Amino acid sequence: MEKKRTNIIKQCILLIVIVLFGMFILLSWWTGFSPGMLIFDTLISYSTEILIIFPFVFVLISLFEVWVKQETVEKHLGANSGIRGFLWAILLGGTTLGPMLVALPIAHALSRKGARLSVVFTYIGAASVCRIPMTVFEASYLGILFTVIRYAVSIPLIILSSVILGRYLDKRKYTIQKGG
Amino acid sequence: MKPGAKKEINFSDGYKFILDNETGAAMSYVLIPITLLLVIISFVVDRKKTFSALQQAGKRLLTILPVLLLVLILVSAVLYFVPEKNISEYLSNGNKYFSILVAVLIGSIALMPGFIAFPLSGVLYQNGVPMMVIAGFTTTLMMVGILTFPVEQKYFGTKVAVLRNVISLGIALVISLVIGIVFGEI
Repeated sequence: MEKKRTNIIKQCILLIVIVLFGMFILLSWWTGFSPGMLIFDTLISYSTEILIIFPFVFVLISLFEVWVKQETVEKHLGANSGIRGFLWAILLGGTTLGPMLVALPIAHALSRKGARLSVVFTYIGAASVCRIPMTVFEASYLGILFTVIRYAVSIPLIILSSVILGRYLDKRKYTIQKGG
Repeated sequence: MKPGAKKEINFSDGYKFILDNETGAAMSYVLIPITLLLVIISFVVDRKKTFSALQQAGKRLLTILPVLLLVLILVSAVLYFVPEKNISEYLSNGNKYFSILVAVLIGSIALMPGFIAFPLSGVLYQNGVPMMVIAGFTTTLMMVGILTFPVEQKYFGTKVAVLRNVISLGIALVISLVIGIVFGEI
């Protein structure tokens, strides 16, 4: 009950911030306040891509939830998946397109379907540092050596820290939020 | 940015990039047709399941939308105060160890797609910015998200979001250190 109330308060604050921002932008247009208009331009150029992509990402996630069996995810990414779980996580992360904002709801969906926490965190890590198109850019501008070192250092550290974080949270009986 | 749109950035030290938004375009051109195709297949196989999936997708999207808007507003406000074109200035000033800290800080805050960040890094390196500073910047850019924190918090809770970001910051510092050693900068 208490938690529900704080949630409602949070939602209200969020709405107020968004409405206030909207009013600020409208006022800026009205009075020709250039910082306001500039911020709005940036918002539009940054948002369109994200806002176009997000609905499709969520449709894909929901299709995944409806069609892929819980047992399948548990078998490959769950508690007894062993090393295979991490391999899948890195493979999935490397082929995820788009910014980390897109990887977060996917990670959440994997976790709802029974992927273990360490695999979920490895997926988020891999989705941020091993994305294939990004790697191509990196290697061509900073050199292959840079990319090789970065992979060699980051992947083991990501897996290690995910395992530690996963064990720590399992001990604390952490469960992923159902909503969202 | 619309798919295929051009983005022009003038960096403060006279470099200018005109970038085709290829990554964004490729993403939309791959993602949208594949999604539509899968929806159609799913619809043919099982109408009821497909409807419930679409309904679920809408619900989840609506749940996250206010937080997502907040993040986008934060990003545009921060970009106004710290424009992308000044980043090269911040990174190429002074002591290299201090520069790593600045790089890590900027990388944690900024949101920049790889097709802008890496060309920029290439130019910075040619201008004498050490590789380890660049490594700190690009790694935190990818792994640490202060501005996207609200979305992460919504999905995984405050504690996990904080822990994950702090760990990622640590990993970025280790990478930057190793790069520094290999490139003979330390």
